[in-house]
Amino acid sequence: MNLWPLLGIAVVVAGFLARLNPLLVIVAAAGVTGIAAGISPPDVVATFGKAFKDNRYISLVWLILPVIGLLEQAGLQEKARELIARVRGATTGRLLLLYLVIRQITAALGLTSLGGHPQMVRPLIAPMAEAAAEARHGPLPDDLQQTIRAQAAATDNIGLFFGEDIFIAIASILLIKGFLETNGIIVDPLSLSVWAIPTAICALLIHGARLWWLDGKIERSIEEAKAR
Amino acid sequence: MIGLDQLYVVGGLFFAAMAGLSGFDASNPKRLGNAAFWGLLAVCFLFGSHLSDLINGLLVLALALLAGFGCLGRAAPSATTVEDRRASAERFGARLFLPALLIPVVTLAGSFLFKSITLGGQPLVDPKQTTLVSLVLGILLALVLAMAMLRPKLLTPLQEGRRLLDTVASAALLPQMLAALGAVFLAAGVGQIVGHLAGAWIGDSGPLVSVMAYTFGMALFTVIMGNAFAAFPVMTAGIGLPLIVGRYGGDPAIMAAIGMLSGFCGTLMTPMAANFNLVPAALLDLKDRYGVIRAQFPTALMILGANTVLMYVLVFRL
Repeated sequence: MNLWPLLGIAVVVAGFLARLNPLLVIVAAAGVTGIAAGISPPDVVATFGKAFKDNRYISLVWLILPVIGLLEQAGLQEKARELIARVRGATTGRLLLLYLVIRQITAALGLTSLGGHPQMVRPLIAPMAEAAAEARHGPLPDDLQQTIRAQAAATDNIGLFFGEDIFIAIASILLIKGFLETNGIIVDPLSLSVWAIPTAICALLIHGARLWWLDGKIERSIEEAKAR
Repeated sequence: MIGLDQLYVVGGLFFAAMAGLSGFDASNPKRLGNAAFWGLLAVCFLFGSHLSDLINGLLVLALALLAGFGCLGRAAPSATTVEDRRASAERFGARLFLPALLIPVVTLAGSFLFKSITLGGQPLVDPKQTTLVSLVLGILLALVLAMAMLRPKLLTPLQEGRRLLDTVASAALLPQMLAALGAVFLAAGVGQIVGHLAGAWIGDSGPLVSVMAYTFGMALFTVIMGNAFAAFPVMTAGIGLPLIVGRYGGDPAIMAAIGMLSGFCGTLMTPMAANFNLVPAALLDLKDRYGVIRAQFPTALMILGANTVLMYVLVFRL
């Protein structure tokens, strides 16, 4: 067996670790992989070009930017901040925990488009999570603000990933069913989605606990910043 | 029938507008680089289906070179101040949320309704693309609503959109690029090699080791491919079916369901899953490109551990 195509994976790992421009790393990895597998360079370029063209739909999501930009200019983030600052008892951890639960439940019902980074996290969730901490502690140190934003994005992903597989008509369930069928095993989609529930509960407990402790972590890092 | 072709025209016009506005942006010293980058993407969107695969490939190569050699700059930040935006927020109040919420509502409604709307016996919307068509429709309707409410200058939404696009910059194309890399991996047979190696490497070492090799193998291969869907057939054919189901008599539904979710743990840990990990870091202006991955890492490892225990406990018992 020709093992040389694995060299492309090495290019990806090295490129990402060295923090080179990701687009360049990907193109280089594609070239190395294809040539190592004995595909002629023009064919590698053509394979890559065809797949890029076929996957254009992925980049359609950016059509949302004018609406979000317009609303942000009109004060959307500020409104979201003000709203959360008025809720007594709202903390960053509790807010994100609530978002995690909602994201998981809606994804489990097949409503995966109710969240997402350009449409929900950047304009609403991240500013709210920051504002909840600011309302208690005043202006946040830079690194803490970064941590809170990252945690907002992480919560959206985790809620989505470990909720959507409970919905029977989601792409991953259909892929599993199709793959097992080609291998002669017939499974009911419902049994696949049922067995996604134990992991979904674990994910809620694990990430939920981390969010619960996030408030304490925020408090400590504020104290530390003050001590400095 | 409305399908991908029409959406690509909308996308192409959008990126062409981004290219045009970038070209005339005096605040960006690298404006020509930005104009070329978004312009080439617009060409791919508008004419990609009529160009040969090789030409499309050369186009992508040019995009990567423009991004890789620092030819992209950034538009000056918006001229509005926090005070302006607070005043505007005060004026419009909670109505500001309406356009933002309209998008998911239309996306949801459309994905269900379009399936049953026909025009002269033909479906109005390509049944395979109802969600995407509904998303774009939702975006357009939200834009109309926001324009009617806020009454900005005609070009303002495009200029503000371009500012946001500039903050994401070339990372905006990462998800699409990675999908193309996946196709090259497939053509080169990378999956088979890894599946073969993994299967040969664990051999006959008992059910627990097989389960661990499968769950961690799913996560690890997803880290490499950036997509659990690419890892699943490889690992399941290499370890899951021959060992867990074949030799040790495990339940295939439980194995497959928890196996896929182990792959999702890998998705949380890899820069290769750009749309979930790198794009939000850019959108949220994080200094650390891997900041979102860092935030997810402990959760992902713990869920992966939980998955391994769950699979071992459940898969052989039922």
